[in-house]
Amino acid sequence: MNSELGSTLKRPKRPDKSNHKMESLMGGRRENEKLPFWRRYIFSQDHKVIGIQYGITGLCFLLFGFTLMMLMRWQLAYPGKPLPLIGQFFPETAMISGIMLPEFYNQLGAMHGTIMVFLGVVPLAVGGFGNYFLPLQVGAPDMAFPKLNMVSYWFYFVGGVVMIASFFVPGGAAQSGWTSYPPLADIAPTGQTLWLVGMAFLINSSLLGSLNFIVTTVQLRTEGMSFFRLPFFVWAQFVTAFLLLLAFPPLMAAAVLQLMDRLAHTSFFMPSGLVVAGKVLEASGGGNPLLWQHLFWFLAHPEVYVLILPAMGIVAEIITCNTRKPIYGYKALVYSALFIGFMSFLVWAHHMYLTGMGTKMSAFFQITTMIISIPSVIVLTTMVLTLWGGSIRFNTPMLFAIAFLPMFGIGGLTGLPLGLAAADIHLHDTYYVIGHFHYVVAPGTIFALFAGIYHWFPKITGRRMSETLGKIHFWSSLAFINGIFMPMFLQGLAGVSRRLFDPTQYAHALSTQPLNVFISICAWLLGLAQIPFILNFFGSLFWGRRTGQNPWEATTLEWAAPSPPPHGNFPKPVRVYRGPYEYSAPGRKKDFWPQNALEAD
Amino acid sequence: MQEKYYGWGLPVDVSVHGWQVDQLIVVVHVFMAVLFIGWFSFLIYALIRFRQKPAHQADARARHFKLPTYVEAGVALFEVVLLCAFSFPIFSQARNEFPREDKALKVRVVAEQFAWNVHYPGKDGLFGRMDPKLIKAVNPLGLDPADPAGRDDVTTVNQLRVPVHTPVIVELASKDVIHSFAIPVMRVKQDVIPGQTVRSWFEAKQTGNFQIVCAQLCGLGHYRMRGFFTVQDKDEFRTWFDAETAKKTGQKQP
Repeated sequence: MNSELGSTLKRPKRPDKSNHKMESLMGGRRENEKLPFWRRYIFSQDHKVIGIQYGITGLCFLLFGFTLMMLMRWQLAYPGKPLPLIGQFFPETAMISGIMLPEFYNQLGAMHGTIMVFLGVVPLAVGGFGNYFLPLQVGAPDMAFPKLNMVSYWFYFVGGVVMIASFFVPGGAAQSGWTSYPPLADIAPTGQTLWLVGMAFLINSSLLGSLNFIVTTVQLRTEGMSFFRLPFFVWAQFVTAFLLLLAFPPLMAAAVLQLMDRLAHTSFFMPSGLVVAGKVLEASGGGNPLLWQHLFWFLAHPEVYVLILPAMGIVAEIITCNTRKPIYGYKALVYSALFIGFMSFLVWAHHMYLTGMGTKMSAFFQITTMIISIPSVIVLTTMVLTLWGGSIRFNTPMLFAIAFLPMFGIGGLTGLPLGLAAADIHLHDTYYVIGHFHYVVAPGTIFALFAGIYHWFPKITGRRMSETLGKIHFWSSLAFINGIFMPMFLQGLAGVSRRLFDPTQYAHALSTQPLNVFISICAWLLGLAQIPFILNFFGSLFWGRRTGQNPWEATTLEWAAPSPPPHGNFPKPVRVYRGPYEYSAPGRKKDFWPQNALEAD
Repeated sequence: MQEKYYGWGLPVDVSVHGWQVDQLIVVVHVFMAVLFIGWFSFLIYALIRFRQKPAHQADARARHFKLPTYVEAGVALFEVVLLCAFSFPIFSQARNEFPREDKALKVRVVAEQFAWNVHYPGKDGLFGRMDPKLIKAVNPLGLDPADPAGRDDVTTVNQLRVPVHTPVIVELASKDVIHSFAIPVMRVKQDVIPGQTVRSWFEAKQTGNFQIVCAQLCGLGHYRMRGFFTVQDKDEFRTWFDAETAKKTGQKQP
């Protein structure tokens, strides 16, 4: 397969601008090989190294965010009981002889959300997979702006350090929820300031990254790679980049305003006449706390699709490869992704039905919310129909990718009652919401990310991960993650509010307390279920079976590069002759037909 | 004591209007279950039928399925029904169609970290003037003693009493941060935004002791911002209310 790459490539007759640009970029890359260690692996400008940096940092933050949650689950299952073994090691500002304080619980809650979304899932899905595979899949030697790419990672890194550091300032980390609603966030301890500063770094990082993704997709597609020959993964990242580009600036503005409220004592979000703890608050007043909610959700709803679109992209790649069939309705999928991207800007206020919103406004947002469910159903449908008539290989990446479908399905469907303002009267801010969005993001997106890791690990490292450990990881994770989130729907229907430090304080929440114990046990078991993955990940780095360029017999361009791809990715520029998913083409011996292979191969 | 009202699903509904919300929740869930079970069965069937077998190649010929289009159209249509037949009218009733004030009990609930201050206008039906500067431990609402409208006002902390079969209009305000006034058994929930007064209403159909819940994170005591909600017989309520107002006016004008 290696030989068919460059040698058969026909030179185009007329000079091609983009090709020249690429070759010069490739030359530049090769010189990079001589760079010292810290320029090659630390402050690297190679999209693959940056992708790995993003991916590893993102995985560490996912583990960290998950650990915060496992601590919270102790308090929820056994409120007021000392945390065994590790409880004594926490300072008195967090736990008193192992018994958690409500301040600390609120910090854990706010930081779990922030870390999982902004420091874990998005960096892994977009910064990690996007950075590594988008240039490869479009046949580019690197991102369009390698320096910006490097800066993007280091902004992210600094943002992460600031967020973690915030645990150690007086008063602890941010504790007003990941949504940071003022006035509570305006009057919260110092940690909130660091949260805002950290967010500013993360927002900058996302902006630089998204610019790079957009320009690379538009400008650096190799010859023959028309838009409708792009793998769906690239489309998903492309739409995601636009969401990041357009949705984050309002949050940046909001973060600056909240910083001003906190540091310069302005009152953008502070109304007049507030009395906190019996004292009139000294603020100029006249602001409106709902302004923050609008600005925040204007980012945070598109952010949901930032979380889910790359996952859909990964799953589409893996399902089509492992069913050995073209994807069903490629164009429908692309148009759905574009439509989802557009509509995601028009649904934000469905998070705010109960703020006193009028019926006309709420009707508008209910309608848009129902409309956005249609393309999501199309995406799920096309992926399931792809299976029809296939020859399905059940390897670990495929198992995770298939599980994504019903898990995302449950997440999407349970969004329906929440999207209806009338049902939201009872379900708003209950555990039903927690169950809903976790189904989308945890067994949904995070399963897709695991699928991506198992699928692309051979490309990144040149070695395969263990299938046995992978399957143990998959089945145990699937069982426990459903054990965590399924009971939350029952709790939500019972009306249990979210963010309760001690759920036994309310009569209606007390009745679901046995479920809390069950959920917590599942959560800790889910933690244990990640051990096979961690072993597999590091073990396979050193002892995994060596693999060739295209172990899954896939068609997209990343498999036309060596494993791992060298600086500059492709030994010679690749040319694309067909769509991304030519599997089992009639009349051909092999059941896959790479995008770059000539007719005769 | 209250176990009988609560379980692992919807709590008991003691409001006159809550059945509509419940009905919508049930209808949506039946719809979701039908969709999911149908779709999931198809997924499992496809996974088993098209698993990899030796000497068998996938069939890549493009084919068009008509069923999904119909399902899509059906889903869209049903969502229109959910909106027009259920959600719009129910939400509009909760937000806009307030009961007539002369037939309803008016009460103001002022939320603070971490308590509900309940404020009934006295017999005159007028709330006394409030001033944040007057707020003290003994006067948590900051009621102005100089205002005659406030002389007969009744205030309680964390205890909302209402008569059964009487519409209640609640005026919600907050002293400090955002709270959310929720009574699960009444199918009522309304965010309380500082700086504005938001109105909500409900009507109980059954007497009993229930709880008010804060549904929005409001600080470290959020978990214990519990209020008691008592639905009483009309006579019982009237007796309590008269006694309280008499106490107030008696003290002020001996």
